[in-house]
Amino acid sequence: MSWLVKIWKFYYDGFRSISGLGKKLWIIILIKVFIMFAILKIFFFPNFLNTNFETKEEKSAYIINVLTKQNQK
Amino acid sequence: MNEIDISLVDWSRAQFALTAIYHWLFVPLTLGLSFMLAIMETIYVKTGDEGWKKIVKFWMTLFGINFAIGVSTGIILEFEFGTNWSNYSWLVGDIFGAPLAIEGIMAFFMESTFIAIMFFGWNKVSKKFHLLSTWLVAIGSNLSALWILVANAWMQSPVGMKFNPDSARSEMQNFWEVLFSPMAINKFLHTVSSSYVVAALFVIGVSAWYILKKRNILFAKKSIVVGATFGLLASIFVAVTGDGSAYEVAQKQPAKLAAMEGLYDGQKGAGLIMVGMLNHDKEVGDQNDAYHFKIEIPKMLSLLGYRNADAFVPGINDLVYGNSEQGIISTQEKIEKGKIAITALAEYKKAKEQGDIVLAQNHKTTLEQNYKYIGYGYLDSPESIVPNVPLTFYSFHIMVALGFFFIALFAFILFMMFKNKLENKKWLLRLALWSIPLGYLASELGWVVAEVGRQPWAIQDMLPVNVATTHIDVTSVQITFWLFATLFSILLIAELRILTKQIKIGPKGGENV
Repeated sequence: MSWLVKIWKFYYDGFRSISGLGKKLWIIILIKVFIMFAILKIFFFPNFLNTNFETKEEKSAYIINVLTKQNQK
Repeated sequence: MNEIDISLVDWSRAQFALTAIYHWLFVPLTLGLSFMLAIMETIYVKTGDEGWKKIVKFWMTLFGINFAIGVSTGIILEFEFGTNWSNYSWLVGDIFGAPLAIEGIMAFFMESTFIAIMFFGWNKVSKKFHLLSTWLVAIGSNLSALWILVANAWMQSPVGMKFNPDSARSEMQNFWEVLFSPMAINKFLHTVSSSYVVAALFVIGVSAWYILKKRNILFAKKSIVVGATFGLLASIFVAVTGDGSAYEVAQKQPAKLAAMEGLYDGQKGAGLIMVGMLNHDKEVGDQNDAYHFKIEIPKMLSLLGYRNADAFVPGINDLVYGNSEQGIISTQEKIEKGKIAITALAEYKKAKEQGDIVLAQNHKTTLEQNYKYIGYGYLDSPESIVPNVPLTFYSFHIMVALGFFFIALFAFILFMMFKNKLENKKWLLRLALWSIPLGYLASELGWVVAEVGRQPWAIQDMLPVNVATTHIDVTSVQITFWLFATLFSILLIAELRILTKQIKIGPKGGENV
């Protein structure tokens, strides 16, 4: 049996034999990861610089602008 | 300038603090319990005693619950970097990229692979390989904490980098200087060892509950021996690394040290406050007493902070207004130098756009000469460098008091165990049980000292939080704050309910989680 098959079988058997507690924890993990990545990340946490600027140069220019304009009060 | 709304800065800070505090409720138990599991399993493999296997499996189940509920809560912090702290993220991207990438790879490969063997592999791999996996989970989880803590230490004491005015990024010049900076080493050792104390208190507290309930007595006693021994060694080490951390703070963040001690006027041979109550009417620069009362150890602050009992320890007033006798320049002077650096950056950019290379080089030189003060150029007033003194002072003193209490508790519990009198000391068992939340409190307070004490800086002397924050709508930050508060509270309640249920069931051979 190849290593890949052995590893697959190890995880497959492991997940098949998990207890009720284990199933509950996996459900919590999946719900949590779904909320974090499919809801929070997409709808509430866009990457500000990636969303508003396309190139590294544009991002640098924006940051320099922030860093220098703050001084001009 | 489109001045940033201060409530946006405060809400962004509150949001980050909330998520970090909740995240840190899960992390210490993972870091510490993983090592205790490895120790317990080592005893099992060495002795062949099936009782120890049962012990390992029980604590492994609790470890699994905490790990499952806590896993990926830290990811939220990275979301916040990109959304709420984009200016900061861009500035440090080159420094944090490497450590955080290593953390991600290490966490994924080491923890996920060997945790699977830990839980699924009892009857599928040899005893020794299983033991190796348990040790690797402990080492892997602690090493992944290393990279996060290195990143945090860099923010407290930025080293091994150079600011590039073309890319507006701090670029890594020396990876090893970042990794092995004294601040990083002390922060890592102090943080992980304090997590071992939290986990040891958890093991002892839960075991004490079994003894109080007259259940699983032998199991509980064996767990207490491991927990108290591990906890005692770790808590002594915490005191040593705490001293190292405070020494670094004295050198690199004197305003934080002054706030930790409520020291307004610097002194030679300064004493260390053991117990004190601050005068809340005290303001920077006024003549009011800083304390309503205090009990101090003479000269100890000078000795610990500077390794010299007669050394001068600068107070808040010295740092704000300067002290020429001690060679401390005023914050106003630093603000002026900071403004020169910011203006030089703006002029460099303009000269580059106009293609005037010579002029650009001149401005770049001016920028480099004044760069270490650039952050001060963004401050509104010299007094802005003072963090929240009461919060820093009380957090620090409660943390230290708890640290010494834990040393005494572990030592006394071990003594009673060896005298075979622990079962009869119900007050001690109850104290052990109620010390579980105290461990978490001390651990969180340590972060309060580290993070509140370094305000107003996101990066020490380089970037204050009001410049690090993204200019976004404050309402969106408020919404996500409450979303996180709800989500994390649900997770915490779930953790507590599942843990207590499993503890009530007790050690029955362990669950395959």
